[in-house]
Amino acid sequence: MGATKTVTDATFADDVLLSDKPVIVDFWAEWCGPCRMVAPILAELAAEHDEIVVAKLNVDENPQIAAQYGITSIPTMNVYSGGKVVKQIIGAKPKAALIADLGDYLK
Amino acid sequence: MSDVENVVIVGSGPAGYTAAVYAARAELNPVLLEGAVTAGGALMNTTEVENFPGFPEGVMGPELMTQMRTQAEKFGARIVTQDAVELQVDGDIKTVVDDAGTVYRAKSVILAMGSGYRELGVPNEKRLSGHGVSWCATCDGFFFRNQHIAVVGGGDSAMEEATFLTRFAEKVTIIHRRDAFRASPIMAERALQNPKIEVLWNSTVTDVLGQDKVTGVEVRDTVTGASSTLDVTGVFVAIGHDPRSELIKGQVELDGEGYVVVDGRSTRTNVSGVFAAGDLVDHTYRQAITAAGSGCAAALDAQHYLADLAQ
Repeated sequence: MGATKTVTDATFADDVLLSDKPVIVDFWAEWCGPCRMVAPILAELAAEHDEIVVAKLNVDENPQIAAQYGITSIPTMNVYSGGKVVKQIIGAKPKAALIADLGDYLK
Repeated sequence: MSDVENVVIVGSGPAGYTAAVYAARAELNPVLLEGAVTAGGALMNTTEVENFPGFPEGVMGPELMTQMRTQAEKFGARIVTQDAVELQVDGDIKTVVDDAGTVYRAKSVILAMGSGYRELGVPNEKRLSGHGVSWCATCDGFFFRNQHIAVVGGGDSAMEEATFLTRFAEKVTIIHRRDAFRASPIMAERALQNPKIEVLWNSTVTDVLGQDKVTGVEVRDTVTGASSTLDVTGVFVAIGHDPRSELIKGQVELDGEGYVVVDGRSTRTNVSGVFAAGDLVDHTYRQAITAAGSGCAAALDAQHYLADLAQ
């Protein structure tokens, strides 16, 4: 079973946009309290769901991609499929709510 | 009745964690439902806490909460990182159900759900939430580097957010509906002295403007009634909090604003075996230290209640 994958400005195109599977990207930073709350939930999702890639992008270290996708609030979780944003979830949510939001992309 | 807990504490933050420290040390073996994504409470979204006694150099809000949590765990509190979704507090045995479906039965319950931020209640606020409208300066200030930001409110939170946001912003405008701040003088003074901060007094926000992201706010002057537009890319809302008492509405006496009513200086609610602490109760002080103090009182009140039951 999978773990979360760290993506950066440099690897974003290959790891996210060109991915075969849908990718949920967690835009986060060290100084964001709610990001810390949602991190273990995303780690569980990664472990439990092989049909989706769970990626983490540190906005502090990777400002380009965050700016490109107009991120102004974290945590934001974007789902990418076929190189496009198909779903956006803003703000920390409990696991059940997150799974409900991601329903279309989880088996 | 081996499966009946002595006490279940609902909610974390200084009130819940302190109640857990005291209840654990009283060997009540407490269960604490700290919340799935709200664990640590309001202080998790703050930066430096300068007024918590014992920390002359200040302490980061999240760090303070982590320390309180660790202290509760050290004495054996069982901390569950789930939300309570259902409470039934009638009768001798109360039940609490968490997000994962686990049912806790308990002789007593300490309510410490705290408060949630208040929204502006203007038409486009929700739509632009996360696209320039924010309630967390420490989370989102970073994205507004060299931009003009509005902070709405006049209390300590508004002052803290405005001052913090000047690290990133070119300019911060505080929009406040009155002609004076209700913030503590030291916080207000710090904001007013900051060359990047301006204040729009006697003004309310009537709408947030923008298609995909915030481009401005519509402001009404409460004295003249005149409307104007302020061009900002971010709006940070800090107009206060409301108690998170939805789960116990209709079961425990609340006042007109939704705060739990307690008996005099105690933490006893009108329901036997149910105690309440922290921002859920407190109209007036709403500080980390007063919340911690009332969490302590709730654990002691619960301890006495349980001792009387055993006789």
